[in-house]
Amino acid sequence: MYRLAVETTTAKAEIAAPWLISHAWVIPLLMVLSFVTILLFGKRMPKRGAEVGITAVGAAFVMSCITAFQWIQHVEDSLAGEGGSALSGLGKSLVFHGGVGAESGIAPITQTWDWWSNGLIKFSAGIQIDGLAVMMLFVVTFISLLVHVYSTAYMEHDTRYTYFYAALSLFTGSMLVLVVANNSLMLLTGWELVGVCSFMLIGHWWEEKPNSNAAIKAFLTTRTGDIGLLLGVIVTFFAAGQTFNLTEINEAALAGRGGHTIWLVGASLLLMGIIGKSGQFPLHTWLPDAMAGPTPVSALIHAATMVVAGVYLGARLYGVFWQGFSIADGGMNPMAIIGAITIIVGALLAFVQDDIKKVLAYSTISQLGYMVMGLGVGAWVGAIFHLFTHAFFKALLFLGAGSISHSGSHHSFDMKKDMGGLRKFMPITFVTFMIGSAALAGIVPLAGFWSKDEILATAGQSGFHFFQIIGIAGAVLTAAYMTRCIYLTFFGEYRGHHHPHESPKAITVPLIILAVFSTVAGLANAAPLGVEKFAEYVEPRVAFPEVVVPQFEGILAAVSVMAVLLSVGVCSYLWFRKDQLGPFKGLTQRNAAARGGYTFLVNKYYLDVLYTDVVVGGIKGPLARSAYWFNQNILDGVVNGIGRGAPAFGRGLYKYVDQGTVDSAYNGLAKETGAAGGLLRRLQSGQVQRYALLIVIAIAIFSIALILAK
Amino acid sequence: MDWFDSWALTLAVFLPAVGLVLVLATPKAQEQTVKVIALLTTIVTAAVGIGILTKFNYNRSGSLQFVVNKSWIPVIDARYHLGIDGIALPMFALSMLITILCIIYSWNHFPEPHNPKAFLALILLLEVGMNGTFVAQDLILFFIFFEVVLLPMFFMIGVWGGPNREYASIKFFLFTLFGSALMLLSFLALYFKLGSFQIPELARLHGAGIAHGTQVLIFAGLFLGFAIKVPMFPFHTWLPDAHTEAPTVGSVILAAVLLKLGTFGFIRIALPILPSGAQTWAPWIGLLAVIGIIYGALACLAQTDMKRVIAFSSVSHMGFVMLGIATLTTFGINAAIFGMVAHGLITGLLFFVAGSVQHNYHTREMSRLGGLLQQAPRMGWILGFAVMASLGLPGLAGFWGEFPAILSAYSPAAGLSEGLFRGFMAVAAIGTVLSAGYLLWMYQRVAFGVPKDEFAEAHIHDVGPAEWMAWTPLILLTLALGIYPQIIFGVTDRAVTRIFGG
Repeated sequence: MYRLAVETTTAKAEIAAPWLISHAWVIPLLMVLSFVTILLFGKRMPKRGAEVGITAVGAAFVMSCITAFQWIQHVEDSLAGEGGSALSGLGKSLVFHGGVGAESGIAPITQTWDWWSNGLIKFSAGIQIDGLAVMMLFVVTFISLLVHVYSTAYMEHDTRYTYFYAALSLFTGSMLVLVVANNSLMLLTGWELVGVCSFMLIGHWWEEKPNSNAAIKAFLTTRTGDIGLLLGVIVTFFAAGQTFNLTEINEAALAGRGGHTIWLVGASLLLMGIIGKSGQFPLHTWLPDAMAGPTPVSALIHAATMVVAGVYLGARLYGVFWQGFSIADGGMNPMAIIGAITIIVGALLAFVQDDIKKVLAYSTISQLGYMVMGLGVGAWVGAIFHLFTHAFFKALLFLGAGSISHSGSHHSFDMKKDMGGLRKFMPITFVTFMIGSAALAGIVPLAGFWSKDEILATAGQSGFHFFQIIGIAGAVLTAAYMTRCIYLTFFGEYRGHHHPHESPKAITVPLIILAVFSTVAGLANAAPLGVEKFAEYVEPRVAFPEVVVPQFEGILAAVSVMAVLLSVGVCSYLWFRKDQLGPFKGLTQRNAAARGGYTFLVNKYYLDVLYTDVVVGGIKGPLARSAYWFNQNILDGVVNGIGRGAPAFGRGLYKYVDQGTVDSAYNGLAKETGAAGGLLRRLQSGQVQRYALLIVIAIAIFSIALILAK
Repeated sequence: MDWFDSWALTLAVFLPAVGLVLVLATPKAQEQTVKVIALLTTIVTAAVGIGILTKFNYNRSGSLQFVVNKSWIPVIDARYHLGIDGIALPMFALSMLITILCIIYSWNHFPEPHNPKAFLALILLLEVGMNGTFVAQDLILFFIFFEVVLLPMFFMIGVWGGPNREYASIKFFLFTLFGSALMLLSFLALYFKLGSFQIPELARLHGAGIAHGTQVLIFAGLFLGFAIKVPMFPFHTWLPDAHTEAPTVGSVILAAVLLKLGTFGFIRIALPILPSGAQTWAPWIGLLAVIGIIYGALACLAQTDMKRVIAFSSVSHMGFVMLGIATLTTFGINAAIFGMVAHGLITGLLFFVAGSVQHNYHTREMSRLGGLLQQAPRMGWILGFAVMASLGLPGLAGFWGEFPAILSAYSPAAGLSEGLFRGFMAVAAIGTVLSAGYLLWMYQRVAFGVPKDEFAEAHIHDVGPAEWMAWTPLILLTLALGIYPQIIFGVTDRAVTRIFGG
């Protein structure tokens, strides 16, 4: 009996384990159910719906972890089944048939359902679980869980607390749909749904016009990029032979099916979608405005998860970009260029912000630039690894900023007016914020160092030296603006007018957890230490190009760390010793060029002026008005003219043709139309006669036409 | 054939006429009786409809079912010929649903000058025409049903409409009539050329027996008749006026069903019977469709009246439907039918909400509105849902009309210019951003912010029982069709493939 029981348990465990990974759709579904429950019943619950959200996302997190372990196990088993030591092969070969069993080709675990059909072609909905998907599942549910907990304190007195939790659940569910989708249509669905949640949450305090403006700006800007995504999905659908399946699209792209050009078009269009969603230049302008939303939202949506959806898309359809942009050739390509511009553009703007959240927002833009550039230079693992580490330290920084506003600066985010000297009052927030900043700056051995180094090393070894230099320059800027930010926030004298204190546990505990992850997450793929979990488990082995496996370069790492430290040192010296920038103090007053540059930055390169005033204003104003003027005066003018002309014609007919036979009906018509009343009156009367008249005219015209046609 | 098979369609079309007679026979003072009779009539009609939906053979949705084919006017060989296939079924069901919802919504909401008896009589008459048009298989019969719809809508706008109702109703009437006249002429031309009014028979010939040039001409007549009804740019100017002036229920029926008579005419009659004429016209239809998409959206941006925004949005949305049709592909036409249903549900809901907003605030001027989410949060949420559905959010019904239509333009039917249609595709994709723009700005002005001073103290009714009953089906269907679009595609695909699948 005893043995039997043990056997049953083992058997159960074996069945239970693969069950979740092949039924991972339950994870997003759980969050959607949570959304519906909170929406319908949340207000009547003791914790106003938060308990449902936290339970659901907690369960989703546990399931994501299990799924991740199952995937790792699956990879191990598959490799062992092939003879074990094949780790050196690591699936860098192209596999075009996508089945398990091909050499090192470990296919995603998929599950599909009939979804719709058109022209007798069946399309399926489906999920696929592979390394990339489980990594995203883990990151999304983990950050979301912490944000859920954090918000119990941060949003405690909010009027729409229940609604906030409902939206968080919907967002998490939508994001999970996006990451498990096995076809571009479902991916698009998740993509648009997270956009809606972002809209709802940015505009959470919709009583104030600036907030709803920011929400609309975010939605419309990303949707402008979505023109590209929509068309890109269409182009790849046809290029790959009428399929939305992501693996099949990648395979077709890598095989160059249908020629290179169509993939170039497809990749360029999809890149537009990435630019919109992932805050890349020139469509990054919505992201700083999105800070109008509650801070936990900024951490979850606008730093750790939703904004990386674009990067995820790039990674998911990497075959398309690899082929379309000829990344293997090592030349310039749009993806790398956009990413590189964004790194610098974002970092420079972070210098002139007084709002701590805006510093972090521009920093996010800049870091997203690293990821997109990473994809553009062939550093797939580096980009995705950076996505992973960035989620922790940037969420940490945002939540830290939230902690400051909650307990330190009385709901203000203005570093110059309401902060300063907070390190004494908020020690936990201070220490964790320092860790997050160091991780962001890429100081060894914190998380950001490893992922940034991976990108830079791959860039160099794939022949993209220019982008390597941009990357180091970006790191220097990052270190400098974060030094400024920390100085203004935590050092000097307290400039606010309240009584700063440390935040409650619901806030500090997530900060501590994130600080731990920001410290150690980099070790997941620390090449020099011989740990390459991302290369082993996350990098796809099916329908994936032959990317360069970077060798660790001590010199490169040393140079970038030295540059960062130097940057921190110089900035600290300027800020701390001489206070207020030392020799640079008042530079903008003295030097016209510096003043011009500063003004240029403060005005955000005038892109907002261009978009809001010129583009949107032009469409909403003159363009829309002239279309409507055309409608009312030209088109309707013709219609009303005919309305006036027909009675006149009738009058003529009456006068010259019909005079003898006085028909009472026509008499009425003529009498009315003869009157100099308004058009309405004239139209209103005698419609039956006019009906007859119109039919007669129409039939006459057409009879003639038909006769001529014979 | 059992009893139900041969009588179902006749019942579904003419039961409302029976109800109409009963309503007219009831004294005007007995309002409650009138309402109950009208509602019961539509429910019984819908029960027949549900019978049809259950007995319908979905594996043979490509062929006509529940066929009745009796001699009617022997002199011209016009026949009483009804039948339903996968193309007509969704529209047929939508028409019955919308009629019930409109009567429920009207229950305590009769617009001035009240008179429920006359109002409900008109709705029932409308249902006869709408149901009949979707199942008529004889051109003369089709024409009669098509025209039957005209009169009740004319009176509905002209009597129960807004301040400018006379102009709007007559414009609506004359515009449509002008198209109808040309349409009738084309029907006659078909008869003289091919000797039949029977749609299935004519479609089987697939244009054989008519020279290309003649096809192009006859198609032109049909085009005008249907394009005015859709309405396509530049024949749309009657629509904003009609919608703005019509009572809420009139706008709902107009948007949800009447506009579809035009697109349905293209799919049922113009395209299958005159394929080579359609081939010549398709690029022009596609061009007008994408102009309509952009132009309608721009006109929306210039509006200050909430209902007028929704009205112009119809011009834009029907552009997507027409783009799908213009590709002459199964993909595009399936998308078009889906788009027709989706637009019916979503725009119907939008007009309902706009009606309730007006009922509460006695204005639709967006500059005076604001803070709906604060004063009537449920209505604000429903409006938000409808806005999201209308802007083509994936996961809701609107997406499945829009996206496959855009996709179909990438690869139009053989013989059509790929380059041209891909240009249309790109323009249509830009239209999706504009539609997000006008809808969200409308939502911002109506729902976000705080109520203006004049309404700060006003007593605003949130969604009431009648409204819940009328709106819930639309919301649930929008959601269901968005998540599982096969509900529609599964019905239409075979029929569309049979007729247009090369």
